[in-house]
Amino acid sequence: MASPDPSVTDRVRALVAAHRGDRGALLPILHRIQAEFGYVDSDVVPVLATELNISRADVHGVVTFYTDFRAEPAGRTVVKLCRAEACQSVGAEQLVAYAERTLGVKVGQTTPDGSVTLEQVFCLGNCALGPAGQIDERVHGRLTPARLDALVTKAVDA
Amino acid sequence: MTTPVTVYVPRDSAALSVGADLVAAEIERAAAEAGRSVRVVRNGSHGMLWLEPLVEVVTERGRIGYGPVAPEEVGDLVAAGLLDGADHELCQGVVAELPWLRDQTRLCFARVGITDPLSAEDYVAHGGLTGLRRALELTPAEVVAQVTESGLRGRGGAGFPAGIKWKTVLDTPGELKFVCCNADEGDSGTFADRMLMEGDPFTLIEGMTIAAYAVGATEGYVYIRSEYPDAVRTMRQAIAVAREQGWLGGDILGSGLRFDLFVRVGAGAYICGEETAMLESLEGKRGMVRAKPPIPAITGLFNKPTVVNNVLTLASVPTILADGAAAYQALGMERSRGTQVFQLAGNVARGGIFETAFGMTLGELIHTYGGGTRTGRPVRAVQVGGPLGAYLPANGLDLPMEYEAFASAGAMLGHGGIVVFDDTVDMAAMARFAMEFCAEESCGKCTPCRVGAVRGVEVIDKITAGQDPDGNLALLGDLCELMTEGSLCAMGGLTPMPVRSALLHFPDDFTARGKPSTGRYEEAKTS
Ligand SMILES: Cc1cc2nc3c(=O)[nH]c(=O)nc-3n(C[C@H](O)[C@H](O)[C@H](O)COP(=O)(O)O)c2cc1C
Ligand code: SF4
Ligand code: FES
Ligand code: FES
Repeated sequence: MASPDPSVTDRVRALVAAHRGDRGALLPILHRIQAEFGYVDSDVVPVLATELNISRADVHGVVTFYTDFRAEPAGRTVVKLCRAEACQSVGAEQLVAYAERTLGVKVGQTTPDGSVTLEQVFCLGNCALGPAGQIDERVHGRLTPARLDALVTKAVDA
Repeated sequence: MTTPVTVYVPRDSAALSVGADLVAAEIERAAAEAGRSVRVVRNGSHGMLWLEPLVEVVTERGRIGYGPVAPEEVGDLVAAGLLDGADHELCQGVVAELPWLRDQTRLCFARVGITDPLSAEDYVAHGGLTGLRRALELTPAEVVAQVTESGLRGRGGAGFPAGIKWKTVLDTPGELKFVCCNADEGDSGTFADRMLMEGDPFTLIEGMTIAAYAVGATEGYVYIRSEYPDAVRTMRQAIAVAREQGWLGGDILGSGLRFDLFVRVGAGAYICGEETAMLESLEGKRGMVRAKPPIPAITGLFNKPTVVNNVLTLASVPTILADGAAAYQALGMERSRGTQVFQLAGNVARGGIFETAFGMTLGELIHTYGGGTRTGRPVRAVQVGGPLGAYLPANGLDLPMEYEAFASAGAMLGHGGIVVFDDTVDMAAMARFAMEFCAEESCGKCTPCRVGAVRGVEVIDKITAGQDPDGNLALLGDLCELMTEGSLCAMGGLTPMPVRSALLHFPDDFTARGKPSTGRYEEAKTS
């Protein structure tokens, strides 16, 4: 195993220190790592295990259980389309198929140029204004193929 | 110098999803251009989501609403006299007088849409803290008794009486006890928890503080799903304001009560809405369901006595304390007392929040208030109670919205989400999706759920492909039986509900695949 980059190790230690007083701090710490690095590198697992005094297996188990924690960085823009029931009732499946066709990737994949990762999500709490999707941090409602195109283009160009 | 005109533009994320931020910016710009001074307030949403972005202008007649307003329409609207409440195609009149709002009984959602969610002043001016002040005059046992007498049942899905749970925590000795709010809201078709947190977060804080006083807890957590970044932000800001105001901390309202509150964010796992999985997640572990007993009320977070309640359960408590248990109990029917915040979603013309006493029929909600489907086609199926709830056919909508009536119809009220489908829905596909969702979201602890759901998808695929339909239908029945009987929690245990109800009410969808004309739309029209 590659030994972790010392600067990363220091940063992870600092994040752990910032959550020292929190009960059950692993999830908040992982969220911070995910936000800062864009993914949770397997290299940080032993650092976290040592700092929090839990086993590597336990840290690894948590990282892999939750979909939010990525093993690799995502594309520069992340497009999540809701595939839950309420959005399906207003055409979510067709929208997902459209996005797969136009982006040339399947759900869960990143375009070859690294610009867009397409993902599915089950409900964004916008179920009266479906089909819903999330582009980076912002939720969008009443999506149509044209609106999706415009929003994705805008995000990619930004 | 004229006094500025007050204009409300919601900050709710549903409103933002259709451009409310741009609309707010355009209003500032257009007003400045017209030489008018405005004060733009970012309120919660009233819950008439088909009208979002809904802009309201304060006039002598009241708050006049315009919606849905597209950003590019703002210039014309201002020119047409929006800032004076002038008439216009998009003008909805006085918002408080709209039948959709007027016909509701808003207790939990009393302030949502009306106030600035982060204004402590607004909160108090609109009746906030009355419940907490009243609670502090009573003994903890008396507060628990009020909640029990109100008939309040858990709004997260299972409908367990809140007072009984609280009494167990009160009666369990312990130096350290917790109040945990379940804000994981993973069910498709539900968004009331989110809207309450974004639109009136102090109500949840007040409800949790009352719970803490009643059971002797000093620490609380709100577990919010990561799909709700705006709710996370608003709750954190509200908690900071509440601390400054002395509504949280070491000496709440000068009463000596000590309670503090923290937000924790989920990480994209539906199962973390199940209360014991949520507790595991709060402890920093994988969201694996715990076997019960022990129950969380006795052995909860970090093995301490813990109240776990849904957002709406806790947010209903202030009104119960403020107006008394009897007033709450007087609403509703049978063993479903008080109000429920129903959520109209999916293919519905007028979707949003409708808070009303238990007992209104599903059909009235969908047709009278929801206005039927958005596409204008006939309603064919309705799923109530989230992804684990039953599908009901269009001719089965006369059910009263009430826990037991739904249970006896083989359905589930759940968190009050109502998802409408028109006659183009393929119910075999929806049944398949229920299994697919369970396979995706299972925590993996027990075999009937983990393996059963994967098998369920395969079997449904065989049925719709016409491979030994009778044999495979029987197999699907057995599989549903096994999941219902053998699963540790309701994820595996209730996934058969949507599957079986789809089979029962829409059997043709499972056999018609690949055959020319199925007559399935005809059936929907005549039913
Ligand atoms: C798979 C599954 C998911 C659940 N998701 C939620 C949820 O998102 N929010 C919630 O409040 N309750 C959810 N529940 C119900 C909780 O387990 C629990 O009953 C509830 O939080 C108790 O609070 P209440 O009595 O106030 O409803 C879920 C249950 C199961 C089995
Ligand atoms: S039924 Fe499914 S989700 Fe529930 S404990 Fe078993 S495997 Fe986990
Ligand atoms: S089902 Fe898509 S946002 Fe809720
Ligand atoms: S438990 Fe929420 S809708 Fe079912």
